[in-house]
Amino acid sequence: MTHPHAPAGQDADTTGRPAAPGDGTTPAVTPPADLRRHLAARLDGAARAWLDQALDEATAHPGTHGPISVWELRLAEAGRRCGPDHADAARVLILHTAHADAEALTRVYHQGTADERRAVLHALPHLVPGPEALPLVEDALRTNDTRLVAAALGPYGARHLDAHAWRHAVLKCLFTGVALDLVADLDRRARGDAELARMLADYAAERTAAGRTVPEDLHRVLALTGSAPTQGDGPDAPHGKES
Amino acid sequence: MRIFDPHIHMTSRTTDDYEAMYAAGVRAVVEPSFWLGQPRTSPASFFDYFDSLLGWEPFRAAQYGIAHHCTLALNPKEAGDPRCTPVLDALPRYLVKDNVVAVGEIGYDSMTPAEDTALAAQLQMAADHGLPALVHTPHRDKLAGLRRTLDVVRESALPVERVLIDHLNETTVKEAKDSGAWLGFSVYPDTKMDEERMVAILRAYGPEQVLVNSAADWGRSDPLKTRKVADLMLAEGFTEDDVDRVLWRNPVAFYGLSGRLSLDVTATEATHEGNSILRGQPRDEPAPDTADATGA
Repeated sequence: MTHPHAPAGQDADTTGRPAAPGDGTTPAVTPPADLRRHLAARLDGAARAWLDQALDEATAHPGTHGPISVWELRLAEAGRRCGPDHADAARVLILHTAHADAEALTRVYHQGTADERRAVLHALPHLVPGPEALPLVEDALRTNDTRLVAAALGPYGARHLDAHAWRHAVLKCLFTGVALDLVADLDRRARGDAELARMLADYAAERTAAGRTVPEDLHRVLALTGSAPTQGDGPDAPHGKES
Repeated sequence: MRIFDPHIHMTSRTTDDYEAMYAAGVRAVVEPSFWLGQPRTSPASFFDYFDSLLGWEPFRAAQYGIAHHCTLALNPKEAGDPRCTPVLDALPRYLVKDNVVAVGEIGYDSMTPAEDTALAAQLQMAADHGLPALVHTPHRDKLAGLRRTLDVVRESALPVERVLIDHLNETTVKEAKDSGAWLGFSVYPDTKMDEERMVAILRAYGPEQVLVNSAADWGRSDPLKTRKVADLMLAEGFTEDDVDRVLWRNPVAFYGLSGRLSLDVTATEATHEGNSILRGQPRDEPAPDTADATGA
């Protein structure tokens, strides 16, 4: 069974990239104070000093100022300063410390690299109480970058996506190999969803008709909807290794 | 054999090319921003292109075990189009990004005053951002173009040791080498350099600060030219160490001047069947081994 809010122990998704830094905490669900402690224990001296200074600057100069706010510069360079394993968490902390609102998050998302956009998506549940940042989630779901698709389906997407968009996002995960373990609140949103069950069953039928295996995750989420299992051939090889 | 192609326009290439490049030993590429064959008419077209070089293209490359970085600039061919010059104002925002390892391609196309302005402004931006610069030499009137390029570089705030002069050939290599710049050679099926001439230049001038690239793009070009040069070097008596120096260590050293080169590729291994780049290609083989690329 999936525990989307407590993914400890699941330290890698199907992208082969850690879904979260180190021990499986994810920047979208871990409280910022815990993220900071987590990073402080893992960053080397230079990276930790850089992050401390970046957060001090964001504390002193939050919000939007000048042609480009200093925390936006730090957001851009966090990857090379903290390393790829810790960049997401460092960027979420910078956004949180700068009190980036929906408008600022929208700006840095659209001006950001794929890595920065992913960090913005992770930061949404910490910073935006209402649905006003939903267009960013929808933008990420239109991409074919699986790391963005996975980040779009964090707690913020789970809270605000309407049923139709959420169902299509789940189906896209199955198509593109995003592990459904990464989908926040999967159990609650899938439960009793007869339309999702129909879409999943149709997809399984299409796969079977083509002589292809059905992703194991499909059976799992179909069970969550409360519908009967499809007539599939059971768990298959890791997604995409079929032939 | 590990190969770093320091100049290739992967946006114009297919996933078949990525597969063939990986099989040939390519583990890292740098994609300079350039023109697309079709002139652009607004800065927004450049911004979408830059975003692609910072997002989608590294994602594609990673799925084939290849590290992808980029260089960003307003290119010489479009620097003279007033519809495009506002790109210069927005470049600083892009030059701070993690995957940007140089300003480029800049340089001359027709050697106009507008090109002078763009070249000088972007050399200054490279100096301001701690980045080296990839400077293209013109196809027409090449030696005069090289001399004028070197003059502008010497007048700029960017030390010539942080400049890679590209598309060199027999007529321009000596003056470029004497300047202290890094030396780039593009090996093409018909134009620019070919493998035999490249090996002759390496024999005459040595492998120091020499980078060999395929410059493959949407025109007639070959993304495996780097490997073909390496094979001919070995056949002609160069050592494995010489090959590694020219095809790997030199580009790592040059782009490493940025402090932003990260050669650890995490193959994303994401599988796609209906709507992404793997498009239902059954793949039995494990994700590419990236060990070669992580050692340097």
